[in-house]
Parts: sequence; structure tokens; C-alpha cells
Amino acid sequence: MTAELGRTPETGTGRPGGSLRPVVTGLGVVTPIGLGTERYWAATLRGDSGIGRITRFDPSGYTSSLAGEITDFDPARLPNRLLPQTDLMTRLALAAAQEALDDAGTDPRTMPDFAAGVVTAASAGGFDFGQRELEALWSKGGAHVSAYQSFAWFYPVNSGQISIRHGMRGPSGALVAEQAGGLDAVAKARRHIRDGTPLMLTGGVDGSLCPWGWLCMTRSGGLTTRTDPRRAYLPFSPDASGYVPGEGGALLVLEDPRAAAERAAPRIYGQIAGCASTFDPRPGSGREPGLRRALRLALDDAGIGPADVDVVFADAMGIPALDAAETQALAAEFGPCGVPVTAPKTMTGRLLAGGASLDLAAALLSLRDQVIPPTVHVDGGDARDALDLVVGGPRPARLRHALVLARGRGGFNSAMVVRGRD
Amino acid sequence: MTLLTLSDLLVLLRECAGEEESVDLGGDVEDVPFDALGYDSLALLNTVGRIERDHGIRLGDGAVEKATTPRALLEMTNAALTGASASAGGGAARDK
Repeated sequence: MTAELGRTPETGTGRPGGSLRPVVTGLGVVTPIGLGTERYWAATLRGDSGIGRITRFDPSGYTSSLAGEITDFDPARLPNRLLPQTDLMTRLALAAAQEALDDAGTDPRTMPDFAAGVVTAASAGGFDFGQRELEALWSKGGAHVSAYQSFAWFYPVNSGQISIRHGMRGPSGALVAEQAGGLDAVAKARRHIRDGTPLMLTGGVDGSLCPWGWLCMTRSGGLTTRTDPRRAYLPFSPDASGYVPGEGGALLVLEDPRAAAERAAPRIYGQIAGCASTFDPRPGSGREPGLRRALRLALDDAGIGPADVDVVFADAMGIPALDAAETQALAAEFGPCGVPVTAPKTMTGRLLAGGASLDLAAALLSLRDQVIPPTVHVDGGDARDALDLVVGGPRPARLRHALVLARGRGGFNSAMVVRGRD
Repeated sequence: MTLLTLSDLLVLLRECAGEEESVDLGGDVEDVPFDALGYDSLALLNTVGRIERDHGIRLGDGAVEKATTPRALLEMTNAALTGASASAGGGAARDK
């Protein structure tokens, strides 16, 4: 079977079109423990924590009060014209997009029309913006509602703003699959590259730390109600009580490897080698959750087996039953303690649709530096029989393939394999 | 009754829609098309809404399309202010 020019079968394993697996040539990162890729990565290897009591509004009166907030972002980094039409989430996304494109050493405005597109993940859209305008509507009347409400609240707002700012008129969109969306967006961007678009900006930057967003999140039932930041989000621990949400994420520049080579891209972090998404069976069906199937399909798509995986970035929900399900899936595929597992998101909280994209960035940085970042606030001892959790500090390792897992509320499961350079 | 001046309008534009870095709003901009000043239709919609709110007037749904320069928007606004003032015996339009 031969692949048409610019197209390849959906599963590239062993086929001539396999070289069309896109490479990551740029990263942009915004997190509660650091703005910018290198600051984030240094903080991650140190095991910093960005979790604390919410400062942006008074969380007393809500059942949960801890979050991973970004408190050091300066909006003056952005063009003034964009400020009245954006909230913090979109401003962070624009900053991450700029960083990723700069890192890749490219400016889509200099590329042919439709040669670059944007696919981002979202969970709630611009809740913060929407809350301000609802307040204006309620307290002052419709004449006080910003015309920018027309799009600023909307799920694809980050894709749209990035696309407009950088002249990226190729295939664009937004995916909503809660936390799994942070991988699904990258998977969709990969399909666009297979279909002939040379460059895609993708990933997720998310956050809705405002009373409206917080109310929705606290009612979801997954959040911890604890108040001690060090004892709050404890995945794979018998003391797990739920998770802490946060804001931020990562955006990646994906390129067709030939396009990256032709323009002599300054760096290649690695390759999106394989991915898969599944949906959980109906609740109460008694059937196995879809995570393991996603994991296996992603390995198949990458053309590798479990023995080839050198590190897993776990979904690490922090909810005991879901942690147990993830542990079982990993033990079933890799054997007990068969692969190092880590959850650096214990430092930032779960960043909604941005979290899995950030894990993907962390996985690529792990491949670059041959080191696994730690999981913090847990000692891993209680899961030691089943899980080789990386705790207590970064662990140097020989890394060629990293697997990132993500689950989204409502039954979404996604897995993605990244491969480092030889 | 106080009419809207160019400097009043520029303040409102900055507040409602920001300011394009590459444009000098301090220059001679009264006859420069809004497009060239970096303001699109939503920026104008926001600003027109603000003028209507602040002054208790209606410029109508077509204002954004018809007022393509600051001068045109000022003329439209001040005509409405004068009309509102005249028709209400000078008392309806709020003084700034």
C-alpha cells in the first residue's frame, strides 16, 4: 500500500507514510510554577508546588479552596488592543502561542495562506470573561455588556485569537473532552498535518478560576475539600481525597518532518509517534474502563510494545477508584512496577484541558534531558507493589519513548506516545 | 449642552477597544478610517454602545457601518445629542 502525497493511512505503523509522523519544533508553557518552558521545567525538576488557597476571589463559602493559580502574568506582554477582548485564560494562551512560535523560529505570517492552523483544547471557554459580562448584565443592564462577549466566552476563543494574531488561516478548531482534550487536540492537529498542512499550533491552555467556574468545578464532585496544600492532591495514595484544579497549560508547534527539515527548524523535541482515544463503557455495565484500550491502541499506532516505553506520565486523578483503575491498566500492560510512572501535575494541579498538553511538554523535555520529573506530596510507598512512582526528586534515565495518559470527566480516555531523537 | 470632542472619543476608543501599538492616536486622525487606526466592527460596536449609554442617545444599528472615520462618528453623535437636546427641551441629554 502506498500513501498518496501529503496523506498517509490513519495508522502509520510500518508503512511508507510513517515518516509523516509530525515532529514537535516549539513549546510554549504557562503554569502556576513558572511562565515559560525553561522556568517551568526547572521548577518541575526542583519539585516546586504552585498549589495554594485561591487569592483571585474569596473562596470561603465554597466547599473547596485550593487551586494552582498563576499570579505572575503581566498582561502588558500582549498588544493593548487584545486586552478589552480577553480574559486571563486567553491572554495566557496568546503568551504560550507566541513563545511556542518563537521557540520554533517561525512566523506563520511569512508562510503561504492556509499553511498553518490552530487546534486547541478547551473545557469551559472564557468563563471568567463571561462572569464579568453576566455581572454587568445583571447589575447594570444589557447596554453594559461588552460586544466582545460575542466570542470571548466561547470554547474556540483561544484558537480564534491565536489564529488571527499570527495569521494562521489553515485548519482550525477546538476540542472539548475535559482533561483528555489536551491530547485529543494534538491528535487532531496530527491528522491535519497528515492531510498536508505543514504546521499546526496545538495543545491547551485553560482555566476558569472565577466564582462561576469554581462553582461548576466544586459541584463536579472530583475536587478535594482539604485546605493543606501539601495534603490535598495525593494521587495513588490511600489518603487520596480528590484533586486540585489549576490554570495554564502548554502549546506545541507540530510540523511535518520534511517541512521542518526544509526550513532547518532550530530544534526538534521529538515526534508524536502514536495516539488513541477511547470512551468508557456505560456506567454500571461492569465492563473494563477504556483507559487500557487507549494505551494499547496508542502503542500499536506508534509501532512499539510495552517494553519500549521508558516512562509514563499518568493521568493521576487523585480519586481512589480512578487511581486504582489506572494502576490496574498500567500493571496489566507493563507488569507490576514495569515502568517508571510520574505525575508532575501534583505541583500545578490539574489544568483542565491544559493539563495533558503540559504533560506532553514535560514528556518531551524529559526525553531531551534524559530525566524523569518527580511526583510531589506523595511517597509512593503504598502503591509500591504495583507502581514504580517517581518520588523524592528527579530520576535520571535512558528515555526514548514516553507515554502520556489523560482522562476526561464523562468517560474520555486518551493516550499519546512521544519519541525522542535518536 | 456638551458635545463629544475628538479627545473624548479617543478616550472611549482606548477604554472600549484598546490601542493599536503601531498607530499614533495623538496625531491627526480625525479623517483616518477606523480600519487604518486598528479598529474593527466589534471595536466600534463596543464604543458606539458606550457613547449611547453615557449620553442617553441612540445612534441606531447602522452607526457602525456608516461612521467610518472619527469625524463621521463625532458628527453622528453630536447630531443625535443636539436633536435629543432640542426635542427634550435641553434637559434630556446628560451633561458630561
